[in-house]
Amino acid sequence: MLSFTLNGAAVTLDMPDDVALLHVLRGPLGLSGPRFGCGNEQCGACMVLVDGEPRCACTVPAAAVAGKVVVTVEGLGTPEAPHPLQAAFLAEQAGQCGYCLSGILVSAAALLARNPMPEESAIRAALEPHLCRCGSHNRILRAVAQAAREMA
Amino acid sequence: MHRLPGNLNTNRRLSQWLAIHPEGRVTITPGKVELGQGILTTLSQIAAEELEVDLARIEARPAATPDSPDEGVTSGSLSTQDSGGALRHACAAARAIFLGVIAQRVGVPPEAIRIEDGIFHGPAGPIGSYWSLADQALLDCEAPAEARPRAPGERRIVGRSVPRLDLPDKVFGAARYVHDLRLPGMLHARVVRPPARGARLVALRDGPLPDDARVVRDGSFLAVLAATEWQAEAAATRLAARAGWEAEDTLPEQALLIDWLREAAARGERSSVASRAEPAPPAAQTLRRSFHRPYLAHASIAPSCAVARWDGDAVEVFTHSQGPYNLRADLAKTLRCDPALITVRHREGAGCYGHNGADDVALDAVLAARAAPGTPVRLLWSRAEELGWAPFSPAMLADVEADLDAAGNLVGWRSHIVSNGHSSRPGRDPEPTLLSASMLAAPFPVKPSINPAMAAGGGAPRNGVPLYRIPVMGVETTRLLDMPIRTSALRGLGATLNVWSIESVMDEAAALAGADPLDYRLRHLDDPRAIAVLRRVADLAGWAGRVRREGFGMGIGFARYKNTGAWAAVIAEVEALDRILCRRLWIAGDVGEAVNPDGVLNQLEGGAIHGASVALLEEVRFDRRSVTSDHWEGYPILRFSEVPKVDLALIDRPEEAFLGAGEASMAPTIAAIAGGITEALGIRPRQLPFTPETLARA
Repeated sequence: MLSFTLNGAAVTLDMPDDVALLHVLRGPLGLSGPRFGCGNEQCGACMVLVDGEPRCACTVPAAAVAGKVVVTVEGLGTPEAPHPLQAAFLAEQAGQCGYCLSGILVSAAALLARNPMPEESAIRAALEPHLCRCGSHNRILRAVAQAAREMA
Repeated sequence: MHRLPGNLNTNRRLSQWLAIHPEGRVTITPGKVELGQGILTTLSQIAAEELEVDLARIEARPAATPDSPDEGVTSGSLSTQDSGGALRHACAAARAIFLGVIAQRVGVPPEAIRIEDGIFHGPAGPIGSYWSLADQALLDCEAPAEARPRAPGERRIVGRSVPRLDLPDKVFGAARYVHDLRLPGMLHARVVRPPARGARLVALRDGPLPDDARVVRDGSFLAVLAATEWQAEAAATRLAARAGWEAEDTLPEQALLIDWLREAAARGERSSVASRAEPAPPAAQTLRRSFHRPYLAHASIAPSCAVARWDGDAVEVFTHSQGPYNLRADLAKTLRCDPALITVRHREGAGCYGHNGADDVALDAVLAARAAPGTPVRLLWSRAEELGWAPFSPAMLADVEADLDAAGNLVGWRSHIVSNGHSSRPGRDPEPTLLSASMLAAPFPVKPSINPAMAAGGGAPRNGVPLYRIPVMGVETTRLLDMPIRTSALRGLGATLNVWSIESVMDEAAALAGADPLDYRLRHLDDPRAIAVLRRVADLAGWAGRVRREGFGMGIGFARYKNTGAWAAVIAEVEALDRILCRRLWIAGDVGEAVNPDGVLNQLEGGAIHGASVALLEEVRFDRRSVTSDHWEGYPILRFSEVPKVDLALIDRPEEAFLGAGEASMAPTIAAIAGGITEALGIRPRQLPFTPETLARA
């Protein structure tokens, strides 16, 4: 049996060891936030936090998160109680198709947790593993900076 | 029959476009679809404005056959014109109908009634509402010839920036995409693609598959069905190892692609695009230049996906296709069945920039689901399929000759644009154009792609006719009839090459004339809106007072998209290091009436960043058998560290027609970056992408 903490709640399920965490999150655990993009750690669409660190859920075996704390975009906030990053992304209208945003939001959350007032270059560096094809990058950079100011 | 605005002309009943519900809601049912561009927000604004109800009361339903109006394909930066124009007229007509009924019922003249958030107020107070009267029979009529949309000065919702209606779901990770559909009992499917284009499946060794996965085969179409995604992936991997293919070399040598384009052009279909012969001074000198771009990929962040379910002879498909009716038509041709047996329902996918794999994967899901009648089947492409098998934007070549008179003015222009066709969209040919249709046991041919008519903007020659004042002109194009790599529409179509080639020649002609590139363009332009965007972008970027910096350069690019759509002018600043980086972009756009100005800015910026990515990085790579750039390392796109800062100016013209925003800025950005490279390095790029390798050949 595999047990870990997902978005603040304990979960236990029976899964083969080699199944990717992304499949577990989107399959039996019913989440939609972590997105499949490439399956090869090259786009960041599936990014989640494992013990606070950004990890590509498409290649992390589910077994590797046993006993750990996993946070997805659903765990950051809700429409009723948004995370400052989610509020800032909405305020800046930072997105077009939005497929990349789940991963970008969790990477930004990890950045702000370790560096509450990042320079723009630090935001760019933290988001470097993430691809956005619609060209919303500048709005995303502004939104992360705005969230940092809100949280300060 | 009277002519009605936009696609109302071909879908004439008001009830096809909107419904009013007693609980205080309005649904609109456009046939255009959300591609990540924000169109459903725009269309909702238009409906709310004309009905005079709060935006929150409007719900835009995703398009579906057979009930949505057939608005063809969501493409060409035409949705605000075609669907917005229709909804503006339809909703204004609906307002007049309800107003007339209420006026008659209470005996108040219509002019004495005002509407506030759907409540009708007479001189003495409220006298009714859409909701109290909600009677769909009132809208079950043909749209009248006349409707009185609200005048620019009266508008309260249109022309204001409003938040995108779809964005909250996307920042909270909600199940919004077709990828997120979870239907009861749903199975997961994956395709096993051939190792080469045109390969035939000649052997399939028997053997067990994990977890009771099932094989689906029709000719060379091979797929697996399983209960979960990971079981489907594992089964596909195992099945691929058992498949034997017969393959041969069908692709040109990539290193000799330009030579191949010239050879194939000799066998192609040559036609005139534009010709003009007005009195002109004699030519004093002639510039002869050639420009080339490689095949380009859509490179959407999500692989294409669809969900299909068979019920007897009927099938229902959930898809992120741009054209639900067109897809339905090609599915019916492939299945050799009545289109009425097929229901196509749109659900959002990741960003769509043209004819990508969305339609292809819908057929794949239908084929896979046929093996599990009554069961929904979700088929997701792999990243390798998305980057390796979706249609590509074709490689192109343009030869330009420009004559200058003794004063350095342009007096003659001859060009020849060589390319495969830029459209193999479904729904337009007697035979289906869907990828796997050519792989079936009873296969359909893969025909060479076509070009949309010039009246619709053209394909390869899109924006190939300079807007500059040139008295003698001859523009020709050759559509290739050999198509080793399947091609179709991608943002801008031929404009990405043609605008750059025209603007590059303008820069070079300006230099020969001893003129500033901006001044030289202005002196060849009569169109006041073209002049306005160029002046505006020059002000924004401080063009006139700019100071040259070692290693940096600025360039300018301009186009009116399709020569009939939005105007955009772009200035780029590049830095030449070990490779070229685009540091800043300044953009001025004129899209006519901007319904959601922030949405327009978002589109203009996104298109420009897409253009910067194409300019600096993008090139489909292939060997003699297949596309090899089928992963992100092989097909890099612009990343956060490389994205330029962008400043934008929108010239809003509320009294003018809508023109569409999605494609206007991309090609001028490529041209501006090329100009910046010339200023920084003194060389003129001749080949995309502008990498150290191609610049070394310039």
